[in-house]
Amino acid sequence: MTLLDDFLIRAALAGFGVAIAAAPLGCFVVWRRMAYFGDATAHASILGVALALAFDTSIFGGVLCCALIMATTVSTLSGRGYAMDTLLGVLAHSALAFGLVAVSFLRGVRIDLMAYLFGDILAVGRADLVVIWLGAALVLGLLIWRWSSLLTATLNQELAQAAGINPRREQLILTLALAVVVAVAIKVVGVLLIAAMLLIPAATARSLSRTPEQMAVVAALIGGVAVIGGLQLSFQFDTPTGPSIVCLSTVFFAISSFARLLQRSR
Amino acid sequence: MTAPERLVTLSNATITHSGTPALRDVNFRIDRGEIVTILGPNGSGKSTLLRAIIGALPATTGTVKRAAGLSIGYVPQKLHIDPTLPLTVRRFLSLPHRISDAMAEAALTRANVSGLAGRQMTELSGGQFQRVLLARALLSKPDLLILDEATQGLDQPGAAAFYRQIEDVRREMGCAILMVSHDLHVVMAASDRVICLNGHICCEGAPAHVATAPEYRALFGAGTNGALALYRHEHDHHHDDLPDTTQPAYDQAGCAPDCAQSDCAPTKTETHP
Repeated sequence: MTLLDDFLIRAALAGFGVAIAAAPLGCFVVWRRMAYFGDATAHASILGVALALAFDTSIFGGVLCCALIMATTVSTLSGRGYAMDTLLGVLAHSALAFGLVAVSFLRGVRIDLMAYLFGDILAVGRADLVVIWLGAALVLGLLIWRWSSLLTATLNQELAQAAGINPRREQLILTLALAVVVAVAIKVVGVLLIAAMLLIPAATARSLSRTPEQMAVVAALIGGVAVIGGLQLSFQFDTPTGPSIVCLSTVFFAISSFARLLQRSR
Repeated sequence: MTAPERLVTLSNATITHSGTPALRDVNFRIDRGEIVTILGPNGSGKSTLLRAIIGALPATTGTVKRAAGLSIGYVPQKLHIDPTLPLTVRRFLSLPHRISDAMAEAALTRANVSGLAGRQMTELSGGQFQRVLLARALLSKPDLLILDEATQGLDQPGAAAFYRQIEDVRREMGCAILMVSHDLHVVMAASDRVICLNGHICCEGAPAHVATAPEYRALFGAGTNGALALYRHEHDHHHDDLPDTTQPAYDQAGCAPDCAQSDCAPTKTETHP
């Protein structure tokens, strides 16, 4: 396939894959006020990178494991009377710190830490593309399959329970989806900016939507456009790609917020 | 005549809520077609009982039995909709099961809120919101409709209209209705059976019976036969001194004789305000 030989095409496909999975999931993150939760999971993944390198296993596997462990830990502790914001702050930043320290122990392995912190979308290979699209398909499949139950459980736990839906199971599914998105997005936007891919398109879509489904679709579109546009901008102005994508989605967010403000004041 | 269909049975159930038993040794049942109301001061375990019935809380001892295939319609006390979640009335009615537009419109018309389908849930008034909640709960054709202080935040006429509608629902759908309420006078008029709760079942029976029961007076004050009872209750008594083995023997009317004499006995100042 000559098309995939072009690194820009590969980058676009990779970013697009992440965006269309991250955006709908991001809607749930926004609705359930789990923004910090995404952060904690993402930050834990740098520890996964270090462990994967130390044990010479796949980065994707290491990151997925660490993200899963972190997400389940947070999810389990959440119902136990801890102050959530404090707990998440502790877990998110300590995971990042431990990860960075662990990476420094890896002698003999030369790794580009920046690539994991901020992503290196231009270096995405074919194998990465397969992993990203499989992960994205898995997440989208999970979300579509459980959509109604997830939405009901998000709205109100008792309402869900009365309808025979187990809110804890739905929470677990979101946790799993989050870990997968983090693991596949690390190459594209890096550990520090994954939360941005989740939150910003969803937040931008809010003012343009009247139903949850609309919001998810619009968020995915905005995410996709931001990826393509950000790639172009970074190519044109020679800026780092991951941050450029996030910058562009923030511009979209500002425009949609401003439009809403104008609409209200009229 | 056949015996009425039993929907939910709790036998000697103790329900623990965050480590402490919120309800002890509860024996409860509800049959198809009944309207049962739960009364009790704050913290008496009303919501805990409802949560045990819908299956959100397991019984630590005893059993909770639901009829096979029981469909529950639930109207929560409060439904907070996060401002980040766009949700039209029409979309809300389709949770968790999709319904046709015709069904949605029929449900809204029956709840006297027709024409609201396109509105955002967050734009509704308190009364409209409660009616939409009820309309959604009825869409699943429930065997058991549960209302948790559903008229909180409604004014007197609004609440009265809401309860009239509940009566209609029972007549039309034949389901059982279980509600928690603070509107005592309405409760007395509308219920078949009243359960007085305070960490355990203090007394239960027909409204007229319960209104004259000393346990009820201890909780809600006396003098007006319950018709205008003021909601006043202080936590002046404890249940910790009850021996664990005490299992009140309910008589025909359902009142536990030992209850009034031991822990539920009113203080003098409270009985005669």
